[in-house]
Amino acid sequence: MAAVLLIEDLHKTFSLGFIPKKKKILKGISLAVDQGEIFGYLGPNGAGKTTTIKCILGLIFPEQGKIELFGHPHLSLQAKARIGFLPENPYFYDHLTAVEFLDFYSQLFLLRKKEREDKIKSLLQVVGLEKSADLQLRKFSRGMLQRIGLAQALLNDPSLVLLDEPLGGLDPLGRKEIRDIIVRIKEEGKTVFLSSHILQDIEMICDRVAILINGEIVNQGALEELVSEKILFTEIVFSGVEEKPFEALGDILPGPGGRRLLKVFKEENVEKVLDILSSGKGKIHSLIPRTETLEDLFVGMVKQK
Amino acid sequence: MKIRAIALHTLKEAIRDRILYLLLFFAVVCIGFSRLLALLTIGDRVKIIKDVGLSSLSLFGALMAILMGTGLVYKEIDKKTIYTLLSKPIHRYQFLLGKFFGLVLTLLIMLILMSIIFLALIFFHTFTIEWQLLIAILYIFLELCLITSVALLFSCFSTPILSSIYSLAFYLIGHTAWGLETLIEKIQSGFGKFLAQGLYHFLPDLENFNFRTEIVHGLPIPASIFLYSALYGIFYTLFVLTIALLVFRKRDFI
Repeated sequence: MAAVLLIEDLHKTFSLGFIPKKKKILKGISLAVDQGEIFGYLGPNGAGKTTTIKCILGLIFPEQGKIELFGHPHLSLQAKARIGFLPENPYFYDHLTAVEFLDFYSQLFLLRKKEREDKIKSLLQVVGLEKSADLQLRKFSRGMLQRIGLAQALLNDPSLVLLDEPLGGLDPLGRKEIRDIIVRIKEEGKTVFLSSHILQDIEMICDRVAILINGEIVNQGALEELVSEKILFTEIVFSGVEEKPFEALGDILPGPGGRRLLKVFKEENVEKVLDILSSGKGKIHSLIPRTETLEDLFVGMVKQK
Repeated sequence: MKIRAIALHTLKEAIRDRILYLLLFFAVVCIGFSRLLALLTIGDRVKIIKDVGLSSLSLFGALMAILMGTGLVYKEIDKKTIYTLLSKPIHRYQFLLGKFFGLVLTLLIMLILMSIIFLALIFFHTFTIEWQLLIAILYIFLELCLITSVALLFSCFSTPILSSIYSLAFYLIGHTAWGLETLIEKIQSGFGKFLAQGLYHFLPDLENFNFRTEIVHGLPIPASIFLYSALYGIFYTLFVLTIALLVFRKRDFI
């Protein structure tokens, strides 16, 4: 299957400051996003995530490299007509109402008046802003702006949606709502390219990820391939028995109310701990096996770099 | 169609901007003030009203073009609205032309409003509508189109304050460059004359659009001058817009 988005060997250098100093932002990015997946583009602040997205959209011109959207050059109007984009910290024309704003953008897709009206009505419903349709955007909260931003990105029923930090700066409820909308977008058969540094979100919804550090992709692939299912250690919280017999079995930490937290690194030791606890009539408060998370992988890579 | 959508949006943005009304208010005050000046004058009072009125239209029109034109592109970049706008299927030239026509449309509406007030004031004195004044106003409009394109050009790469200073300098130089013509006649041939001639051809001559004196005093104007001035305005505007497009075409929006 042809890739929806294909980037090959992308390079970009900025000259910044009064006395221009060259800074390499992208150092040969290559990636491919397939039809119908949620692709997570992960990296710390300043890694070059937004620069990559701006290159895809034609807001920045790379010095070297190739970008294709649906097999077309990325700057062609044909390609742009099939994408939707939500920028980081979106800010829109605050003198317009939600409906006026969406109507202005939908005119750029050459939609007819009736089509525009229907589309705007249904999109406001999708993002849950139907009650704020006639409110000026200057009166919108951060979460509402994010949602109207998503609505404008979906005006043309795009095949590929590019989202730059869509969950940044939102409260837990707001994040959940946006996450649900993104999953719904995927269920409609659309492809999502999502940049973020919030690892839990990426882990929760992405099919594949690429990890970008200092302008280079250090790892990419399906999430389950990158993060092993192997249990790293087991955390057991117990009380009511002496801690001495456990010292040889793992690391022990004191907790509140006479509780102890035991980190057991070998799986065979877990059973031994449980035996001692049951024979000594101790109480087990929790037992949690910890597998490797995206965070472990990410932190490891950043440290390595 | 896309250019029209951007132009109409620019018009909407402009007419919701307070600065426009502030300038409109002062323009009306100035036009009204001409009545007061006329009272203090010996001779043909209506001529004073006409002269001051037309000058007010030109000055406040230019201020509107500069103050709003310089913010046009910069505001989109500064507030990052350009990111989503340019990610839609539009070419960069469509964006820039949309902005240009939007502001030109705003200025046209403002000029019409000011002209109605101006013509009404004269009507109360002469009890006739002096249609020939519309010719002078038409050339003021051509001048405003040119100033808009200059403001837009500066706005593509500079901040609004600097762009306003540059555009204002363009306006002032444009209205005083004719002095070079006198200078060229006065100085003897040599490098100085060559330099003055070169400068005269390079600098804009906005006095080409000034038909105020001739029209107020009813002096005859040959048709060729009208034609020359119109062509000068149109081609100069196209030239500046082309440079703006070239600057804007390859700009990175960091």
